[in-house]
Amino acid sequence: MPKIKIRRFDAKRKPQGLVQEWEVKEGSTLLEALTFIKCEKDPSLTFRSGCRSSVCGSCAVRVNGKEVLACAYKPQEGDLVEPRRFAKVIKDLVVDDTEAFKTLKLAKAWLGEPRESAIVTPEDEKRTERQSDCILCGSCYSACPVLETNPAFLGPFALTRDWRYVADPRENDIKSKVDAIQKNGVWDCTLCGECTAVCPQGIDPKSDILMLRTKSTQMGHMDPNMGSFGSFGLDF
Amino acid sequence: MIDVLIVGGGGAGLSAAIAAKEVGMEVAVLGKTYPTRSQTSMAQGGINAALGNAGADSVDAHVADTIKSSHMLGDKEMIRRLCEKGPQAIRWLDEIGTPFSRLDDGRVAQRKLGGASAKRACYAQDYTGLKLLHTLHDTALARGVRFLNEYYMLNFIVEENRVLGITAIEMKSGEVKTVRSKSVVIASGGYSGLYFGFTTNSSTSTGDGIAAAIRAGCVLSDMEFVQFHPTALKKSGVLISESARGAGGYLLNSKKERFVDELKPRDVVARAIWEQIKEGEEVYLDIRHLGEAFIEQNLPQERKLAKLYEGIDPVKELVPIKPVAHYTMGGIEVDSTHMTKVEGLFAAGECANAYVHGANRLGGNSLLETVVFGYEAGENAASFALKSNKKVPSMHTWLKRDSEFIGKIYQFANQIDFYEKRTSLGNAFYHKVGIVRNERDLKGVLAAVRRLHEELPLMGIADKSREFNTNLVEFIEFGNMIELAKTVLVGAIGRNESRGAHQREEFPDEDNEKFGGIHSFSWKENGELCNKFGGLRDE
Ligand SMILES: Cc1cc2nc3c(=O)[nH]c(=O)nc-3n(C[C@H](O)[C@H](O)[C@H](O)COP(=O)(O)OP(=O)(O)OC[C@H]3O[C@@H](n4cnc5c(N)ncnc54)[C@H](O)[C@@H]3O)c2cc1C
Ligand code: SF4
Ligand code: SF4
Ligand code: FES
Repeated sequence: MPKIKIRRFDAKRKPQGLVQEWEVKEGSTLLEALTFIKCEKDPSLTFRSGCRSSVCGSCAVRVNGKEVLACAYKPQEGDLVEPRRFAKVIKDLVVDDTEAFKTLKLAKAWLGEPRESAIVTPEDEKRTERQSDCILCGSCYSACPVLETNPAFLGPFALTRDWRYVADPRENDIKSKVDAIQKNGVWDCTLCGECTAVCPQGIDPKSDILMLRTKSTQMGHMDPNMGSFGSFGLDF
Repeated sequence: MIDVLIVGGGGAGLSAAIAAKEVGMEVAVLGKTYPTRSQTSMAQGGINAALGNAGADSVDAHVADTIKSSHMLGDKEMIRRLCEKGPQAIRWLDEIGTPFSRLDDGRVAQRKLGGASAKRACYAQDYTGLKLLHTLHDTALARGVRFLNEYYMLNFIVEENRVLGITAIEMKSGEVKTVRSKSVVIASGGYSGLYFGFTTNSSTSTGDGIAAAIRAGCVLSDMEFVQFHPTALKKSGVLISESARGAGGYLLNSKKERFVDELKPRDVVARAIWEQIKEGEEVYLDIRHLGEAFIEQNLPQERKLAKLYEGIDPVKELVPIKPVAHYTMGGIEVDSTHMTKVEGLFAAGECANAYVHGANRLGGNSLLETVVFGYEAGENAASFALKSNKKVPSMHTWLKRDSEFIGKIYQFANQIDFYEKRTSLGNAFYHKVGIVRNERDLKGVLAAVRRLHEELPLMGIADKSREFNTNLVEFIEFGNMIELAKTVLVGAIGRNESRGAHQREEFPDEDNEKFGGIHSFSWKENGELCNKFGGLRDE
């Protein structure tokens, strides 16, 4: 029977935050353990759940500082379970995902203008198969260090989704998508790979961002960080 | 002001939203979860359409298969419309960017699901529902559909049999709010959650919208028809997809004997497994002979889930399974325009009964229904809103009514633990209102459910806070489950025959003289549940 610690939050309680320890059943998933605590011990414990099979993206939390899906993780003795980062905690393990989801709209991560009689070959399908496996669990967003300093950064999943549509032969209007990810977008990423390390679907937002950078340059955008060298006095 | 309000952001809700937006309406999708977290994400198998991309197929063949599976409870016209619009729906999904699996020449790939006479199911690897749902979501965002995420709908606001909007809890703040709208589409999913602990479904499938509909004056029909999936993991009820048997997996009992042709329709296989379990046998799925390479290539999710939940590796070991509730055919009765008995209130998707599945649903037809009928319901709700010139009265009475209702729940005694009761309801439903039923057991459960209903005020919530109170939401869900449990039971008790997914011990055969084409209907009069059996649209 492993003991796990859960960081809890209640806006109306004093103190608002506290860490509680619970004994949970051996062999159960973290989501089953949380459900067990809620139904048998403390009905006020608050978390999200849905499919129980890693596909609805409801249940991502942090365990010992690393993002996991609660329904796909087996708790270990001494684990510390916390809510995801860079979003306001509403209660216990539930954070407000409103801002994170807004990035999808800002990045114009959709098919904007269908191209007449486009043909999608199996190769095209394969090229962005992984990217379209994204379940929008928000793990990568919580893991990305850029969001610590720049809350306006579009973040990994929106950029991955932007690339998924940029690379789609059915999209006619690539330009507006590429334009949308210049500011607080591809150039702000430090390519640290933290997002890739936590994605439960094996998606690699970092390399999608690199692809988008190449596309951006091809379409006449410039790396603003490169541009700043100009003011070093190296004018020819 | 919202013209068209959609309750639920699964496949049906998002299709409705996009359709209503297309004609310039102000559209909002309200959901108790974010739309991408809807159960639609879980569908793997595929979406049917007679494209004939992978061998000969025709709309007629699709219609014939669906009618056969409906066991005389399908409406031929609705079935034909659904099947005829199938190819067009796939073209639309393709145009908005759905990442379907492809044939070499770029056409959408198709595979065969159980009960189909052709390779008819379009798929996106093993993530058909996920990718379809996310593509619809991205499209809805692009078109400017508004989202009210994590609002828990309580009731429809109806005056003089005309819908005016809804009441809901904004979960983040815990406040009760009203949302007014010229028309409303219910797309809130099914009620397999009644079989708590014994279902493949998401924990959100508690039938809220259906329960709110009967309270609002709608009629529910064919509620006794619940499809069981033969192969779910024994401990968790998590689905092991049909493709495991399709690829040559065997079913074995404890003696390691095969006992049924694994490729028979779902209800037949589920029944055979149930009989084994009743005799005290364990039942296993055996895919070891398919080999590691094949399993890793074709059933990777299944392997992962078996390891996680059963602690076994299907490459080397037998997978313990049981049949569990998977899809609910019954639901809110709608006419051929998808409107319920309440004016301006439409319903589509698993919550609705549009009479295309009848007594048994074919795999791949429900996703098709969510897209085709969801879209139609959205169009029709938009035309209704356009014609509407009703001045919407003040919402104050309704706000007061439901705020007081919630206020009361906070004061309920909480002497009886409803979580425990939810578990026992699930157990009772699985064992006595499950794959094979009999009158004595059904009546016993009905009495127990009535008792639970009376005891609700003795239950209640332990968490008295406002913000994101899932204890409260789950309690209201439980209340909705109790409401629907009765309609399922009355239907099951009255149907003295076996048809499709409804099997009665005492009446093992179809009784076409008495029940061929005869549906069960439930509604409320002055708060009392009423029901009858009758033909379609002849009430
Ligand atoms: C494991 C699994 C596999 C499946 N595979 C297939 C398949 O291969 N092919 C196929 O055709 N079908 C399949 N099905 C069935 C199919 O997925 C569903 O029938 C279909 O997705 C239902 O879609 P929907 O839009 O009606 O509802 P859902 O996707 O269930 O969406 C319901 C929505 O309503 C919202 N909601 C519910 N209650 C409330 C409330 N009180 N207030 C506010 N919002 C609310 C929810 O948040 C959600 O957004 C499968 C089902 C399961 C469980
Ligand atoms: S690689 Fe870029 S997007 Fe990913 S975590 Fe690092 S900074 Fe964030
Ligand atoms: S990219 Fe991966 S981690 Fe990020 S939201 Fe999608 S599935 Fe989750
Ligand atoms: S519950 Fe759906 S991803 Fe975990």
